[in-house]
This record gives sequence, C-alpha cells and structure tokens, in this order.
Amino acid sequence: MSIVVKNLTKTYTESKAVGHLSLTIEQGEFFALLGQNGAGKTTTIKMLSCLLPPTSGDAWMVGDSIVTNPAAVKQNINLSPQETAVAPNLSVKENLEFIASIYGYNQREAKHKSEELMDRFGLTERARSKAKTLSGGLQRRLSIAMALISEPKIIFLDEPTIGLDIRARRDLWEILLALKGKITIILTTHYLEEVEALADRVGIMHGGTLHALGTVEELKVNTGKSSLEEIFLALTE
Amino acid sequence: MKSIAFASRNRKEILRDPLTLLFGMGLPVVMLSLFSLMQKNMPVTLFQIENITPGIIVFSFSFITLFSGMLVGKDRSSSFLMRIFASPMSASDYMIGYALPLLPVAALQIVVCLITASFLGLSMSIHILVTTIVLLMMAMLYIGFGLLLGTYFTDKQVGGIFAIFVNLSAWLSGTWFALDMIGGAFQSIAYVLPFAHAVDAARYALAGEYSKVVVPFIWVAGYAVFIFAIAVMSFKKKMRGQ
Repeated sequence: MSIVVKNLTKTYTESKAVGHLSLTIEQGEFFALLGQNGAGKTTTIKMLSCLLPPTSGDAWMVGDSIVTNPAAVKQNINLSPQETAVAPNLSVKENLEFIASIYGYNQREAKHKSEELMDRFGLTERARSKAKTLSGGLQRRLSIAMALISEPKIIFLDEPTIGLDIRARRDLWEILLALKGKITIILTTHYLEEVEALADRVGIMHGGTLHALGTVEELKVNTGKSSLEEIFLALTE
Repeated sequence: MKSIAFASRNRKEILRDPLTLLFGMGLPVVMLSLFSLMQKNMPVTLFQIENITPGIIVFSFSFITLFSGMLVGKDRSSSFLMRIFASPMSASDYMIGYALPLLPVAALQIVVCLITASFLGLSMSIHILVTTIVLLMMAMLYIGFGLLLGTYFTDKQVGGIFAIFVNLSAWLSGTWFALDMIGGAFQSIAYVLPFAHAVDAARYALAGEYSKVVVPFIWVAGYAVFIFAIAVMSFKKKMRGQ
C-alpha cells in the first residue's frame, strides 16, 4: 500500500473539517478526491502532506506515519498547490534546480534533473525565462515539474487545471496520463470529465466525511446513476 | 545545505527587484548629504559627520526590515511557501535562508554610506573597519524584526507597518536629536528599546572608544537573539498550520 489512512480527523473550535476518514490507496494508483468547496479535500491533503497536524487518527505514507515521522514522509512526497506556486523572479531552470536542492540533490544532480524535466514538460525553450513571464498553462506545467523533480513516491495535485484553456488542459492531461502507474497521484478537482479521463478510483467527500469510494463504474452500479455528475450531485446534497 | 539553497533563491528574488534596493541605498545617501549641509549652519554638533553617519546607517537598516518582511510576507501570501513547507526543510533552515542574503545588502549600505561620508569629511581610520563589523551585528536585529513581521503579516501589511516602524525606530534612536535633550520618560523608553543602543554602539566604535561599545552592543545582541527566537518559534507554528 502507498497510503493508509485510519480515522483521520481534523476539528476546529467550532467545526469538524474532516471526520474519521479511512481509506487505502495502492502504489502507482491515480486517485481523485472530489467534493464541493468546504468538503474537506484541501484539509485532507494538508494533513497527508504534513502541513496540518490531525486532531486524531493517523496516516501512513509509504509506511511512515504523518504523526510520528513527518520528516520521513516529507522526503517521499511532493505537491503542486492550487495556485501556481513558482518563484516569480527565478527562471524556469532556477525554479527546478532550487526545489531539487532543498530535497538534498547536489548542484550537478539538480542541473541534470532540471534538464530532464524541462525536456519532458516541453519547457526547454523557456529555460531562461522568468517564471512570471510564462503563460498560465506553462506555469502549471512548471509547477508540476517542480513537484516531480524530487522523485516523490506520492504526489498531490490540488486542482492543477483550474483556469486553463481547453488546449492547455488537454496538454496537461497527457503529461499526467504519462505518470500513471509510475507514482501514486492524489488529484483534487472540480472537473468531473478530468476524473473520468485520468483517475483509477474516486473518493467523494461531503461535510468532511467520505461518502463514496470506488471506480467510476463501481459508483455507477452502486448508486444506479448513469454519470459521474449525477452520482456527485446525489451524494453531495 | 538546504538553507544555503534557500538563501540563494532569496538573494535572486531580492536582487532582481532592484527598485526598493536602490531606494534603501539612495535615501540614506541623500539624507547624509542634507544633514551634513545643515550642520554648517547649526550651533550644536549633532549633525557632525562623525555623529550623523552611524545614525543614518542604522536608519538605513530599517529598509532591511522592509526587505525581509516583504519577502517572507510575499511568500506566505502565495502558495509558494506551502510548496516548500511540504519539503524536508526545518524552521531554522527558512530563517537562515531568509536572513543570509540580507547581510550583503546591509554590508553594501554600510560601505555606500561610509564612502559618501568620507567625501563629506569623515576621516578614514582603522575604526571604520571595527564600526563596519559592529554595524553588521546591528543589522541582524533589523533582519530579525523583518522576519517577525513577515511571519505574521502579508507583504502589503508589512509595507504599512514599515511606515510606523521606520518612524518609531528613528525617533527613538537619538539620530535626529539628542535623547538627553528631551530626557524623562522618553529617554528612559528609548534606552529600554534597542535602537538608541545600536546608534550609540556604532558612534563609540567610530570614535575608537571600544570599551564603551560593549554595553550597548550587548543590549542590541540580546534583542536580536530574542527577536530571532520569537521569529523561529512563530514560523514553526505557521508551518504546523496553527
């Protein structure tokens, strides 16, 4: 198992953001986490990536606990946040090399890895361009490349295609499809067609709890609905 | 090594936004020249080049507070910091990474002001070297203030708070007027805070009165350690999403 989550809970003074979440995700699985705004998706991702301590429960990322061994967890994961998180005044190459170096790679390794990823993500021509001068689509590509440069075993993609035009979104889908099976991917998105195109399994959260878990086909059979949209609307009422 | 990599990124971010940097260098030079001119028509020696130079240099460090505060605040208000919070860096790595690239900026401010002062009549001696070292230590205090502000406020809020900070630190530093001229509670408060001690330490170092440097230096060093400790603890809390 790549991820094992047991009774993961996050409560604030006045509300419960995530309640008793339990699930397992296989190594190399492309898992989509769906839910309306405020459903608890981002809180879940923040807890799993050690950005937020759980109130109770635990999760094991490639065997390491997020509660007792966050340092080991951080070495095995990476994330691409919802907003494009790049250093604006650094070039594409510098952004990539910077992330590689804070994960412990030396200068030569960081250079080699950044060249490899720029090639894979079609960013080589813009290697020397400052990140702030890239289009939205290219910034998202860079953001995901930055998340991959540390060779994580698990990657979190928080709404990676939000605000992109159709072509940029399709280009990004191709990149994500190429990663399938190689690393464990946790995707949050509001685009249901994206889930159908990319994900192996889907989890639907509502009010901080997991309301459904399975492949799109399994969910259709279990709910008697004919599309993911209908399933989503029925489970999040 | 992680902190060095982070410092390298921060150095590039600061140097590639040269407008504020130029302002932080240019304004002290202009002020130094103006006060030097004013001194020619004044009966007291407050603005004599030996007195005003250390004060103006300490004043110029307020801009270091602005640079460091804005850098941290800007990172915090974007998702960039979320990305690197998920990395294996520690709170100390962040603080060292933010602080290190600002020391050369402070050194540059000191050198530019001292060169300007030499053109305005400051005599060059070995004391200049000691003063530079003392001032670099003073700069750490101002970097610490910036890190603390950036930990709690966004870059836009830091800009507003800087306006209060720069006035407060300047008025209470004894640069624009002698604090014993006002005396009373004002002077007492000024000497509880570190700004007047910073100016005193630099003035004594420039005058070669090294034995007098010790006490104000300890005041400022104590404050710097205290402010850095609070900044690291606060940053740790922010990293844990609290």
